[in-house]
Amino acid sequence: MSAETTERRVIPRVSGALPDGEAEIELRGISKRFTARKRETLALTDIDLGIRKQELVTLLGQSGCGKTTLLRILAGLTQPTTGEVTIAGRPLWRGDHRDDDAVRKLGLVFQDANLFPWYTVQDNIALPLLLRKVDRRERQRRAGELAELVGLRGFEKALPRELSGGMRQRVAIARALSYSPEILLMDEPFGALDAMTRDKMNMELQRIAQATNATVVFVTHSIAEAVFLADRVVLLSARPGRIRSITEVGSPHPRSLDVTAEPGFQEKVLELRRQLTEDEERVSRQGVSE
Amino acid sequence: MSSRYLPWISTLVAIVAMVVIWKLVIAIFDVSPFVLPQPEDVLSGVKDLVNSDGFWTDVRVTLTETLVGFAIALALGLGLGIVLGRVAWLEQAARPVIVASQVVPKVALIPLFIIWFGFGMTSKIIIVALLSFFPILLNVILGVRSVDTGHRDVMRSLNSSRWQTFRRLEYPSTLPYVLAGMEVGIVFAVVGAVVGEYLGGDQGLGYRIVTSLNNLEAETLFAVILVLTLFGFLLYLAVVALKRFLIPWHDSTIDSTRAST
Repeated sequence: MSAETTERRVIPRVSGALPDGEAEIELRGISKRFTARKRETLALTDIDLGIRKQELVTLLGQSGCGKTTLLRILAGLTQPTTGEVTIAGRPLWRGDHRDDDAVRKLGLVFQDANLFPWYTVQDNIALPLLLRKVDRRERQRRAGELAELVGLRGFEKALPRELSGGMRQRVAIARALSYSPEILLMDEPFGALDAMTRDKMNMELQRIAQATNATVVFVTHSIAEAVFLADRVVLLSARPGRIRSITEVGSPHPRSLDVTAEPGFQEKVLELRRQLTEDEERVSRQGVSE
Repeated sequence: MSSRYLPWISTLVAIVAMVVIWKLVIAIFDVSPFVLPQPEDVLSGVKDLVNSDGFWTDVRVTLTETLVGFAIALALGLGLGIVLGRVAWLEQAARPVIVASQVVPKVALIPLFIIWFGFGMTSKIIIVALLSFFPILLNVILGVRSVDTGHRDVMRSLNSSRWQTFRRLEYPSTLPYVLAGMEVGIVFAVVGAVVGEYLGGDQGLGYRIVTSLNNLEAETLFAVILVLTLFGFLLYLAVVALKRFLIPWHDSTIDSTRAST
């Protein structure tokens, strides 16, 4: 107990909570403890964060800081050990029971495209609609529309294995958008792509987010990507994962790549890099003392 | 040259080469026709065999044994494989039994089955089922376990029902493994039927091997082997065709030249 209090003195607890009623998504007092081979790991602790409607928030942090876990908690794929997730005023979990209506508002894009190899692009995009028992013609119409939106017109009948990595990831985004979710949760969706494609996808994402009026939570370990996309950058520190800082990025969307050359942008990137480095040093010191 | 035709050309070359070597061996070593008949004699042997009394009955017997036994193996392999694939502790408990029954040389059990179930089709069907059961079972267990966790997350994030998860994810994920098991299983099935008839049968193509051997009819013996090769080949092709029909999306069914990165 005393060790924890001293540590808290070193790292100030940052709350990302918003004033009452402002948040579309709310995390209150979230922590997550994993038990593997009789060893307990505290992956996340003291997470308070509110996200506004149509806001684009990026979760930034070094690998292993719990940012994916946090996104999975938001998505209802992982149950938090303590704390509460609220989506549009409704708690995501009641005991061990997940509120499926809340989940329906969410669209998820993973690190891997996770396309089903037995379905064509069109059927992959429309999979959520199939599960919602939307009829075939409507599914095809919607899939065509989304293929257009993500720039895959003409590839509707292709199988995933015939596509490049970037195209597959775009299909995954189209799939997440197919049922017009109000909230898009993305876990390093462009992590496996080359720098050029990544830049292009980041531009596309802004356009798509605006076209669909979606709230976006975007996990990344790239500082530049986090600042470029975000209205607010939430920096997570590692071991245990907690909110280290929250940075507001002022400039309006859509942003062109030119913003990255502006001094204000550079300053924010440098400050976040300083914080990340500091955090890394603290973690490695911890490692020695253990 | 288009590589589509390559397998056909290579098959033709292999057959021609074999016939040439065959004839050369007979000419050089002056082999007796009782040991190795001329290729053309074997060919006329096939013609005689096909026209002989009861040939088609024998084909039907062997085919029935193979297909019925294989169907039993498929049903049991699927049923048990799905259960063992899903219930880890049961699979662990059953593992010694599975390994033991795998290691037993099953062909050595054939005389036993003949004592128990007689010389008729039943004993052969059981042998066929036993031989083709294990490759199917093992592949089904592997298949059930190989459903991608990322795919499961997708289904879970979409509120998919138990049935939808099976129908849209688990079934298509497992299918390639089932078919891989069937591909091996069908070959074992033919072996089981033929060896069963050979060791204790009174009809079927395997029994023809015994009679032609006893009569020292080398051409007929070779002819039966040729017919059996074709028999096994056609059954194998049927499974491959089924595979191409059921899982055209799978890597194992595309020509390597057409596959993208």
